[in-house]
Amino acid sequence: MAKPPVQLFCGVFGDEDDTLDATRACREAGLEFHDVYAPYAVHGLDRAMGLPFSKVTWVTFCCGALGTTIALSGMTYASWWDWPVNVGGKEALPFPAFVPITFELTVLIGGVCTMLGMFALCLLYPGKKARLLHKGQTDDKFVIALKKTEDFNEQKAREIFQRHHAEEIATRDPGYNAADEPATGGAA
Amino acid sequence: MGAHVYSVMREPLVVGKKTLHEITQDVCQSIEGKPSLLWWLGFLTSGAIATAGVATMLYQMYVGVGTWGLNKTVGWGFDITNFVFWIGIGHAGTLISAVLFLFRQKWRTSINRSAEAMTLFAVLCALIYPTIHMGRPWIGPLWIAPYPNLRGPLWVNFRSPLLWDVFAISTYFTISLCFWYIGLVPDLATVRDRAKHWLRKVFYGTLSLGWNGSVRNWNHYEVAYMIFAGLSTPLVFSVHTIVSMDFATSVIPGWHTTIFPPYFVAGAIFSGFAMVLTLLLIARKTMRLEAYINEITMDNMAKIVLLTGSLVGLAYGTEFFVAWYSGSIYEGFAFINRATGPFAWSYWIMVSCNVISPQILWFKKLRRNPWVLFVMSIFVNIGMWFERFVIIVTSLHRDYLPSSWAYYTMTWVEYAELIGTFGIFFFMFFVFIRFLPGIAFGEVKGVNKYARHDSHGHAHAEVKHG
Repeated sequence: MAKPPVQLFCGVFGDEDDTLDATRACREAGLEFHDVYAPYAVHGLDRAMGLPFSKVTWVTFCCGALGTTIALSGMTYASWWDWPVNVGGKEALPFPAFVPITFELTVLIGGVCTMLGMFALCLLYPGKKARLLHKGQTDDKFVIALKKTEDFNEQKAREIFQRHHAEEIATRDPGYNAADEPATGGAA
Repeated sequence: MGAHVYSVMREPLVVGKKTLHEITQDVCQSIEGKPSLLWWLGFLTSGAIATAGVATMLYQMYVGVGTWGLNKTVGWGFDITNFVFWIGIGHAGTLISAVLFLFRQKWRTSINRSAEAMTLFAVLCALIYPTIHMGRPWIGPLWIAPYPNLRGPLWVNFRSPLLWDVFAISTYFTISLCFWYIGLVPDLATVRDRAKHWLRKVFYGTLSLGWNGSVRNWNHYEVAYMIFAGLSTPLVFSVHTIVSMDFATSVIPGWHTTIFPPYFVAGAIFSGFAMVLTLLLIARKTMRLEAYINEITMDNMAKIVLLTGSLVGLAYGTEFFVAWYSGSIYEGFAFINRATGPFAWSYWIMVSCNVISPQILWFKKLRRNPWVLFVMSIFVNIGMWFERFVIIVTSLHRDYLPSSWAYYTMTWVEYAELIGTFGIFFFMFFVFIRFLPGIAFGEVKGVNKYARHDSHGHAHAEVKHG
C-alpha cells in the first residue's frame, strides 16, 4: 500500500454488516475511498467499494496454459522426437498416456503462479512492514478510510459513520501507523 | 455473510456467543500461552517414536532392503502399502479445504487448517517410503533427472503410471502447501499484531508478508482462494486415481480392475477423514478448542465417514461380483483366495474395520460422541491400512505358478519403520499446533453469526430502512 498523499478520515466499526452498509453509503455519497480494512473476508465488501473483479484469474489462465504447453511439448520431444524407446510395444506418441502429467503440470504451474500473482497484485512480500490504521484491524475491528481531498465532505462522512454505529472516528496523517503505537484496544 | 438468517433448524457453528476478539484469543492461547501437559506428553512421545523410526531407517539403509520381509513372489508389499496409506490420509485435508469450500459447507472452517496441515505431513510420510525403498536414496536424483551417458540422453518413461505418480504427488504437495499458506497469511498477521516478543514479531511478521486486511487485497485474495479450491478439487481426485493406476494398469488379477480409481478415491477420503477425526479429537482436548471443533463438526465428519465407508464396502462387493461375472478363473481365484486363503485374517480385519464399524454412525447420538468417534476412527485407520495390505499382498502371494507361492511376514524393521512414520506424523502435527494457528480463525469469524439471530443484526436492519 503506497503512502497516501492526503490525510485519511477513518471510521472504526465492530460489525461486518455495519461496515458493509457504511461502505455502500459512502460510495453512494461520492466519497473517495483510500481503503477499507477487515479482519476476515467479508463477502461483498469489495463490490460495495466499487472495486473491479480481480485480475488474478488471468494469471491463472495464462500460467495454466503455459503448464499445458510445457507438459505436452516436453513429453512429445522426449519420448517421440529425441529418444523413442519401445516399452512393451506402447506407441511413442500416445496422447491418452500424456493426459495425467499434462493435467498435473497445468495445475502445478497455474497454481503456484496464482499464489505469486496474488501476492504481487497485493504488493505483499516477506519483510514488508504492515501499515495499520487501527491496532485491532486484523483482530476484530473494521476500518473505513476515506481520502480527505479538497472537496471532501467531512460532515457527510461523519454522519454516515455515526449512523452505522462507528465506534471511533479519527483523522490520520499520511504517515500514521498504528503498529508503531503501544498495544491498545483489541490487541493483547 | 453474517446478516443471513437461516432456518431455525440450523445450529450455530460456533458454540457460545463469542465476540470476534474472543475467537482470536481462544485460538491464539494455544500458540501464545504455555503448552498444556497433554501437549508435552504428545510432543515428547511422538518425538521419541519418530527418532526410533528414523534410526531404523538409517539401519535399513546401512544393511540393505533385505532387512524387509519381502521375497521374490511378494516383491511389492511394505513400502507401497504405507505409501498408498499415507497418500490416502492426505486426501481429507484437500477435500475439506477445496471441495467443501466449493459446496459452501461452512462447518469446514474450524477444521480446514489442521486438516490441510495433516495433508502435508501425511504426504511427507508417504514420500519416505519410495525414498527408503531405493536402498541408496542419495543417488535417487540421478534416476529422475536425465544425465549424460554414452547412449545419449535417456528420458523417463512418460507412459508409465509410476511416473505419473511422481508428478501427481509432487503437484499435490506443492499446491496443498500453497493453498495452506494462502489461508495462513491473514491469521499470521493477526498473531503478528498481538506479538510482544521481538522474535515472534520477526517470525510472524516475515511469514505474514505485511498483510493488513485491506479490502483491495481481500479482493485478490478471495479470487485466488476460489481458484485454488477449483484447481485442488480435480487434483485431489486425480492423485488417488493415478495411485490406483499403479495397480490397475498391470495385468495382475486383483489389481487389473476398472473400479480402482473411484474405489481408491473413496477409500482415501474415508481414511483421511478418520485420521482427521483422530487428530482433531486430540487437538480439541489438548488445545481446549471444544467451542469450535464441536458436535456439528463431528456430526458432519462422521456422516462423510459413513458415506465413504459404505462406498468402500460397495466396492468390495463389486470386486467380488465382477471377479465372478468376468468368468476369468484367475480373477475368481484371486478374490476367493483373499477371503479364504492364508491372508484371510487381514481381509476380515479390513472388512470389519471398514464396513462394519462405521455403521454405528447411523445414530446421531453416536456421531456426536467424541469417545465413540475416536475409537471408531482408530478402527478405520487400521482397516484402511489393511485394505492396502490386502490389495497388494494377497494379489501377489499366490501367482500363476504354485511352486512360487509364498507368504509374507513383516520383520521388526518394517514394524519399527511403520510405527516410526506415525511418530513423525504426530510429531509434525504437535509442532504445528504449537507454532501456527491450528484453527483458521479468520474464516471462523466469517461464520460466527451463522444461524444466529442477534440483536445487533435487527438493530442494523431497522437503521437501514430508517
